[in-house]
Amino acid sequence: MLVSINWLKDYVNTQQLPPAELGEKITRSGIEVDAVIDRSHGMTNIVVGYVESCVKHPEADKLSICQVNVGEETTQIICGAPNIAAGQKVIVARPGAKLPGDIKIKKAKLRGEESHGMICSLQELGIEGKLVPKAYAEGIYVLPEDAETGSDVLTNFDLNDTVLELGLTPNRADAMSMLGVAYEVGAILSEEVQLPEISYKEASDTAASMLTLNVDAPEANPLYVAKVVRNIKVQESPMWLQQRLMVAGVRPHNNVVDVTNYILMEYGQPLHAFDYDLLETGNITVRHAKEGEMITTLDDAERKLSGHQLVITNGEKPVAIAGVMGGADSEVSEATTTVVIESAYFESGSVRQTSKDHGLRSDASSRYEKGVDPNRVIPAAERAAQLLSELAGGEVLAGSVVFDELNKEEKIVKVSPDFINSRLGMKISFEDMWDILNRLKFNTEAANGQLVISVPTRRQDIQIPEDVIEEIARLYGYDEIPATLPEAETTPGGLTPYQAKRRIVRSLLEGAGLLQATTYSLTSEKSAKQFALEETETTRLLMPMSEERSILRQSLLPHLLESVTYNTARRMDSVALYETGSVFLKGDDELLNEQEHLAVAMTGLWLDNSWQGEKKPVDFFVLKGIVETLGTKLGVQLTFERGQMDDLHPGRTAFIMLDGQRIGVIGQLHPTEQKARDLKTTVVMELNLAALLNIETAALLYTPVPRYPSMSRDVALVLSKVVEAGTIETVIRNAGGKLLKDVRVFDLYEGDKMEEGKKSVAFSLTYFDPEKTLTDEEVINAHEKVLAALTEVGAELRS
Amino acid sequence: MEAQLQELKTQALDKITAASTVKELNDVRVAYLGKKGPITDLLKGMGKLPAEERPKMGALVNVVREEVTTQLEGRMVILEEEAINQKLQSETIDITLPGRPVKTGNPHPLTRVVEEIEDLFISMGYEVAEGPEVEKDYYNFEALNLPKGHPARDMQDSFYITEDILLRTHTSPVQARTMEAKGGEPIKIICPGKVYRRDSDDATHSHQFTQIEGLVIGEDIRMSDLKGTLSVFAKKMFGDDREIRLRPSFFPFTEPSVEMDISCFKCGGSGCNVCKKTGWIEILGAGMVHPNVLEMAGYDSKRLTGFAFGMGPERIAMLKYGIEDIRHFYTNDVRFLSQFQRTEL
Ligand SMILES: [Zn+2]
Repeated sequence: MLVSINWLKDYVNTQQLPPAELGEKITRSGIEVDAVIDRSHGMTNIVVGYVESCVKHPEADKLSICQVNVGEETTQIICGAPNIAAGQKVIVARPGAKLPGDIKIKKAKLRGEESHGMICSLQELGIEGKLVPKAYAEGIYVLPEDAETGSDVLTNFDLNDTVLELGLTPNRADAMSMLGVAYEVGAILSEEVQLPEISYKEASDTAASMLTLNVDAPEANPLYVAKVVRNIKVQESPMWLQQRLMVAGVRPHNNVVDVTNYILMEYGQPLHAFDYDLLETGNITVRHAKEGEMITTLDDAERKLSGHQLVITNGEKPVAIAGVMGGADSEVSEATTTVVIESAYFESGSVRQTSKDHGLRSDASSRYEKGVDPNRVIPAAERAAQLLSELAGGEVLAGSVVFDELNKEEKIVKVSPDFINSRLGMKISFEDMWDILNRLKFNTEAANGQLVISVPTRRQDIQIPEDVIEEIARLYGYDEIPATLPEAETTPGGLTPYQAKRRIVRSLLEGAGLLQATTYSLTSEKSAKQFALEETETTRLLMPMSEERSILRQSLLPHLLESVTYNTARRMDSVALYETGSVFLKGDDELLNEQEHLAVAMTGLWLDNSWQGEKKPVDFFVLKGIVETLGTKLGVQLTFERGQMDDLHPGRTAFIMLDGQRIGVIGQLHPTEQKARDLKTTVVMELNLAALLNIETAALLYTPVPRYPSMSRDVALVLSKVVEAGTIETVIRNAGGKLLKDVRVFDLYEGDKMEEGKKSVAFSLTYFDPEKTLTDEEVINAHEKVLAALTEVGAELRS
Repeated sequence: MEAQLQELKTQALDKITAASTVKELNDVRVAYLGKKGPITDLLKGMGKLPAEERPKMGALVNVVREEVTTQLEGRMVILEEEAINQKLQSETIDITLPGRPVKTGNPHPLTRVVEEIEDLFISMGYEVAEGPEVEKDYYNFEALNLPKGHPARDMQDSFYITEDILLRTHTSPVQARTMEAKGGEPIKIICPGKVYRRDSDDATHSHQFTQIEGLVIGEDIRMSDLKGTLSVFAKKMFGDDREIRLRPSFFPFTEPSVEMDISCFKCGGSGCNVCKKTGWIEILGAGMVHPNVLEMAGYDSKRLTGFAFGMGPERIAMLKYGIEDIRHFYTNDVRFLSQFQRTEL
């Protein structure tokens, strides 16, 4: 909402407050002032000029040489506007003038002809092009004939004004009008509000003699008022009216349309003007549309109507979509002589739905949607009649044609001062509350210790005692509220075990050198299921903004890998990222099964200590080690099972298992995938973090520190390349008996000294007895059994 | 013989002084004091002396031998020390070479902000509550006093999956769910999480972002308690000398509703580019829980009241760290992410 302070002064005394100060007061008491705009833009030296003569420039087709009377002299100005003509009153920026955008006007020579200033368009005075009347949009603005030559244009055009741009929250529909803002400012400054005085002469013929009205949908349209004004002359509006509309952000059209828009801005009540003759039937019938009925609206769009949409008809065919937009067939034009002015109350839900159906949002519909003031419908119609008789020479027919079933009663809210103070934690006196309610113009009575408040219908947002609390607190001043803390018993607070363990996982990964990333949950069809751990249907948005962000992800890795590529493309060759976040799987009920996942992606060097010659690229085992440590930290036994997954290296992929359940995958990207993503060797991991964190961790009990030494034996084996170390380790563990405490691979050799198809794996075995020092014999016995078992499975002892 | 002895002593002492390495000195030891050395020879030759001269000569030889030994040992200490020093000298390293890197990652800046806020409220007795990102329309809107058709819930602004299921547009549904689950009991929670709105991504908008909201419900919770709580938060988060101010605002689920500004932490209130010359920075929205919201979740709004507040970690991180573009949070440029390593304590 754009509020001209000069206009506002018509209704309320602003106490000569500087605009910024007034804006601050409004902001602090409830309506945010987003901007304070000086309409003069620092302009100077701009006067009304009279074009005495105008001839084509001999050297330039598009330029005219004008002799312009600027009051104190007649001077030559070259003008490039197509609509310049002798006899016009125009806006002249004189040499030395300043225009918006730091433009200074100087004497100049244009193709050999002197120019003493510039004839201006409205755009050059800082008015947005879309607000300039169509006739002047492409050229200079022509002032009315009675504009005084040589007089100051800023004064003439009321440009010495400041506009407050209000950022209205949806509850403050009341402030979508100048009168509403006046009530707000009046309450803040303790000033009275002056309503426009309405008086006009009525013709002896009645409106009812020319127009009949039927309302067939009283729920959606409980109040409809029509006035008839005849013998009007449709023409350009006077300057003050055009100027006010432009301040409010509305483009002037003609006096009839401008009057309806002016009242829309003044009262917040949308009006519509029909050309009476084009209505053809002398009847207005409000009804729901017939399914498939057509109307061409004012924006020249042909629209198909549905049964739930409310329309205004002439008894036969639709002439307007109620509260949204008028029809082209009955549009007011220069040929119009008689108009019907509609002022109505349309139910907000109906207008919102219809406006949404047609993708049409107008100044009218946006006010109806939020609910207009039932008590301003009739005054707005009267105000229109007055202005049409004043500005368009119209003759207002007596009375109105009215359908009225609207409840216009004020809502009563009862609230006690104690209740107000207890909710606020304040001690506002009864007198102060009384004063604030008076300033708000809420009729209030005191009864049985209660404030009984009649809320004016313009304030539809005040419904319950809490709403009144807010009114009182905001006008009393939020700065006056003390700062206290809740007095209730304090609770311990804290993280759930799940949340605490999530933090442990994070710090472990960060300690391992990984940076935490955050990527988008919405992805493309193509990426949604890549690397997904479970096979379920994807979920698509009803109205995605783009295909790239149309599906809910089922895995974190695709976006995480995009982030890796983003970095490598910028020459950061070593990247190690992790992310925790939800993936979205089809669930059993209507909601999705949201699973918290953890993903890691690493590429480049894992260890880079260049000057000491240590460099180690990331590989499967770097990442496996991290996952193993994660298991240890969380006290869960993770195992790994060789596996296959699309886009992962078939020989370098494993599933992460927990209690026989597959909870994750770890592997190296398939070379084809790596190439497609423009990556070098990259290892990835994704697991169902929730499955891991939901496991209750056992209590930690200490194992006594060994009192006796352990003994170790190494064994080097020659194995077929296809035999996995894990298999052999199991053989060793099974054969080693209770003295065998640990088995560890400490060497692997697959080089060319080995026979074709063979490899050498060396294990270190640790024997230990917690009860006593082991004897050589005991160790030899146990070890012999291990060696025998190894030989049995075909492992060859290497000397 | 005595003269011979003195001569020997002088020679030995000269050689001791001349020895410049431990090895040379050891050679001297062997040469003069060894079993085949001249002093031993002298002692052996004493048999030829007359018996009465033997004790005197023996004593003399011992004196010489002791003196040579003492000198030699003294010299040995010096030379050994020199040798060690020399060895140490040769072992000198270039201490300006870089250390072996300890690779550490760090949390995402949004996690950093969220956890800081979580910990702050945990210390005031709050629990952390979480909920689904794909939410029922009921919890996202209806339970929060935003019935169907309410102007503040434009379908154009939300990502719907079906008529009744959508990506949550705020973390408030977690509050609604918690209230429902608590069955009328007091509550003290904060709810962090990802939320989604139908915005085109640019420097200040993101279709996915994070929120953290708080909810307190109990007996006699007053608006002054909200102000006091937010004041503690502002001081802990942005510095002890922060002032707060509340401005009236509107949210369907609170009444009264406020927006909270803090005095600018950059200029202290005198006006700068961070606070857009106003001296104040808008940080969060808050209010007293609307009675409709309480009643809908089964609370007796006459007996229990509450307050709620909500803020955007992106905005806070942008203000705190001077980040100019919200898209940085979701691009994952390691040159951005790795800057949030060090502590600010
Ligand atoms: Zn500042």
